[in-house]
Formats: sequence, structure tokens, C-alpha cells
Amino acid sequence: MLQKIGHRYLTLIALAVIVAALPLIFPSSYYFRVASLVWVSAFAAIGLNILMGQAGQVSLGHAGFFGIGAYAVAIGPAHFGIPTWAALLIGCALSSVLAYLVGRPILKLKGHYLAIATLGLGVLVALVITTESRWTGGPDGMPVAKLTLLGWRVSGSDTWYWISGGLLLLGTWIALNLNDTPTGRAFRALHDSEVAARVAGIDVARFKLQAFVIAAAYASVAGSVLAMMNGFINPDQAGFLHSVEMVTMVVLGGLGSVVGSIVGAAVLITLPQVLTVFQEYEHLLLGFIIIVSMIFMRDGIVPTLSRVLAKRTQS
Amino acid sequence: MTILGARDIGISFGGIKAIDGVNFSVSPGQILSIIGPNGAGKTTLFNIVSGVYECDQGRVELSGEDVTRLTPDKLAARGLSRTFQNLQIFQRMTAAENVMVGRHLRERCNLLADLFRLPSVTRQNSETREAALTLLDDVGLRSSADIAAGSLSYGACKRLEIARALAAEPRVLLLDEPAAGCNAVETEEIDELIRRVAAKGIAVVLVEHDMKLVMKISNHILVLNRGKPIAEGAPREVRDNPAVLEAYLGKHGAKEAARA
Repeated sequence: MLQKIGHRYLTLIALAVIVAALPLIFPSSYYFRVASLVWVSAFAAIGLNILMGQAGQVSLGHAGFFGIGAYAVAIGPAHFGIPTWAALLIGCALSSVLAYLVGRPILKLKGHYLAIATLGLGVLVALVITTESRWTGGPDGMPVAKLTLLGWRVSGSDTWYWISGGLLLLGTWIALNLNDTPTGRAFRALHDSEVAARVAGIDVARFKLQAFVIAAAYASVAGSVLAMMNGFINPDQAGFLHSVEMVTMVVLGGLGSVVGSIVGAAVLITLPQVLTVFQEYEHLLLGFIIIVSMIFMRDGIVPTLSRVLAKRTQS
Repeated sequence: MTILGARDIGISFGGIKAIDGVNFSVSPGQILSIIGPNGAGKTTLFNIVSGVYECDQGRVELSGEDVTRLTPDKLAARGLSRTFQNLQIFQRMTAAENVMVGRHLRERCNLLADLFRLPSVTRQNSETREAALTLLDDVGLRSSADIAAGSLSYGACKRLEIARALAAEPRVLLLDEPAAGCNAVETEEIDELIRRVAAKGIAVVLVEHDMKLVMKISNHILVLNRGKPIAEGAPREVRDNPAVLEAYLGKHGAKEAARA
């Protein structure tokens, strides 16, 4: 038990050290920007991993919630005069409510059917964002007002680095908390055997819905922060490709592994930056790397590596 | 005093009557065994009683209340636990965690408290784990507590399922072939375990093929064949019942057995 609590804080401390130390080796503000992007994407991936890795339910429409969060901080201040930070909370609440309402019927579905239903949800959100151009600026996107907190205008890539880093720590802490609690155990139990979970008294529908809402809230907050950081948004952030990218981060890093989600996000965000030297082969190489790692590390990067390490230390 | 009763239960799958007109009742501390050849409908009956299937006719009563249409989680909350013939353990969780899930109904479960890990959650967690370890001790799996359940042996998984079912502190326990695939020593242990469970006042309903075990520990036996009850009574009565011999051995075999 003590070991487990220790493990939880060890992960957090290690992550905090990495977030704090990375700027020491960053030569330019470009690196701050890429790293912030990794932290925000990792935050969304951690949320999605609670749904996919712990509760075992897939969502191919999570960029929809990301988009709602992003557009909330754009539309709120521009059309309603709501402070940006409040718009973030409203976006998060909207995403959660939508997830709750839509989740009730669609989480009865399993496997491919659930995947298609969530995909449909994501496509719908993206469609609304693209067509309601009076509110959203349509396919061209719209600018996002600068975040102001107590009279302080938040700007600069290093400032956003610290904000997104802090957010990542918060998201990691919550996800690690959950793992070893009645709720987290209920998620993992229904993942392994729904019928046994029900016989143990777990209201399966309720817990699936909880996981879905948590994941939606995470994605929404990530979307809001990214929008504020970039100062501009377009409908691509709510699109299907972004949903797939989020799922890829989770699966590549390791289903059920919080650290895995961060690694998955880091790989998927930084690889394209590194691969720009190969220019036109960039996407080809990215696809190839993902295929190869899925063949040789089916459980994802972090679970595979920790298994290898465990074997090494044993022998 | 009956705690669990089934009245005239029936279910059809695509026009075939899998269960037809089955009655039974069991009292606290009693061990009722349901036996019958393969395909007799024993597991189907379990699935109906535990709420996994919905029956077409009849009713199930728990402590005198009609619980026929209740879902498994609602039934669990009313004190009915079960194990499965085909193992349904949580493979990726440790043995201790499996049993901790069994205590779900005995835990306070609040999403916000869990997300922010309030001190009460940590306190409750260690209580739950203590209770789980005690149960693992009872089934002889204490030393495997922190091993992933997926890597336990078949017999160990069977006992783990019993520990998980007991963790809910049920009043009725349905055991679906707890000794299947277990060696003689393991079967002994399960025999002992079931007796101890019943001695605590829990009503046990047992489906089992190991006749030695059934005859030894049952208070009452119900025999099914092709979904219909063909005999019931004390172990001795059932053993000598010609209809039972015929169901198991066929007409010719029954004659042979009668002569032997």
C-alpha cells in the first residue's frame, strides 16, 4: 500500500522535475511552444486514457469536446463579453453536459458500434462549428482574446509553458488518484468483465458515463488552453483527424498508463517537428513509425519498456 | 425460513424451452445443489436467478420480495452474489484488487472524493484492502495478493472468484461449478470452504459435477434434465432415484446400475 502511494507521488515528482528542468536546455522560444503543445495534448490524452485504458470504452469523437472547449474561449469573450477564464469553465461544463446526455444512449453500444457512434458525435460537432460561421467564423476559424487574470494579460510562449506544465501536473495527479479508488477499480473491473462487475454490484452504465464525462471535461479544458495559447482556432481542432490523433497518443503510449499518455503525446507532437527535414516524406515516416511500434510494442511504449526493465532487474 | 425462492421458472431460446417449471427454495445456512447432465439448464437457471437473463415465466423471490426483473447489480445490493462457471475474473487487476472490487457495495463511492483523493478515500482504501486480504487468507491466496489475477492458476482463479463473491457479504451465494478443473486437494479445500460459508448462515446454491462433493456437503439436491426438474430431496434419496440414474446413464445404464 505504502509502496503504491509512494509510486503515485514519485511519478508526479519526476514529471514536475522534467517540466521544471526542460527550459534549462531550451535554446529558443520555439522549443517552449512545442513543449507547451505536448503538455496540452498530453492533458487531453490522459483524460481519454481514463475512458479507453481504464474503463475500456473507445471514443473516436473526442476532438468534438476539444473543439467545444476551444470555441468556448473564443466565442464567450467575443460574442457575450464573458471573461476568458470563465468561458473555459463554461466550455468544460457544456462538454460535460453534452457527454452526459449523449453518453447515456451510446455507451450501451460496444466495440465497433460505440466507435462509430462517438465518431458521429465528433463529426456533428465539427459540422456545427464549420457551418455556424456567424458565431464561429466558419472554416476560416476565429481569433481568441488574450487571457486576462486579475488584470494580468497572459502572453509569451514561456508563460504558456508554465501554465500548460502546471495543468499537466494537475491532470496527471487526478488520473493517478483515480486509479486506486472505488471509482477507478469499478472502471477497470467493467473493462475486464462487465458481467462480473455487475454481479459485484457495480452499476456499469453509470460508471461508463462517468468515465466518458471525465474524458470529455479533460478534452474540453485542453481545447480551451490550446486556443488561448495559440490566440486563434479553426475547425480542424474539432475534426476527425484530431480525434484519431488523440486515440493514437493513448494507444501508442500505452492504454491505462498515465505516463504513457504523456509519452504518446510527446512522440506524436515532436516527431513531425523532427521529421520536417525529410519534408515530403514526413507523413510517410510518421505512419511507418506508428505501424512499426504497434507491431513490436502492442501494449504501448511505456508498458512495454517497464516490462523489459523489470525483466532486466530480475535477471 | 426461505431466503431465496424460485417459483415456476421458465425461459425459451428460439422456441426451445431451456428451463421449464423449475421450483426451489433455500434457507440461510443451507446448501442446495442443483445437478443434472450437461445441457440440463443449470447455468441458465443461475443466470436467471442472478439477473443476467430475464425469464419468460415464473418469479424469483429474495427474502420474500419479488426480484424477478432486477439487474445483477441491484440483486447484489440485496445480498445475492455468484461465481461463474467460465471464469470471469478481472485479469489485469491483482488478486487483492479483484476482491476489493467485490467490496464495492460496502464502500462509499463518490467521484469527486476519488478524483481529488480526499483522506477519507485513502483511509477507506486501506480498510477495504485489509478486508480483501482476510478473505484471500480464507481461500488460501494470501501470498498471491499482489499478483495479476490473469497469471494465477485455474484453481486459484476459482477460489479468487469465491473470495470476491464473499467480499460483498452476501446472504445468498450461487456457486457455478466451483470445483471444475480442480485437483483432489483443491476440491477438498473448496468443500471445506463451502461448509464454512454455510456455517456463517449464508444460503449456498451449488451447481457442481463432482458428485462426491455434492453428496457430501448438500442438505438438499435438485436434479434437472432438459430444463425440467426430475427429482429432488436429500442426497441419499436422489442417489437412489431411478429417474436420476436414467438421466445420467440412459435407460440401459440405469438397469445395469440397479443390478450392480
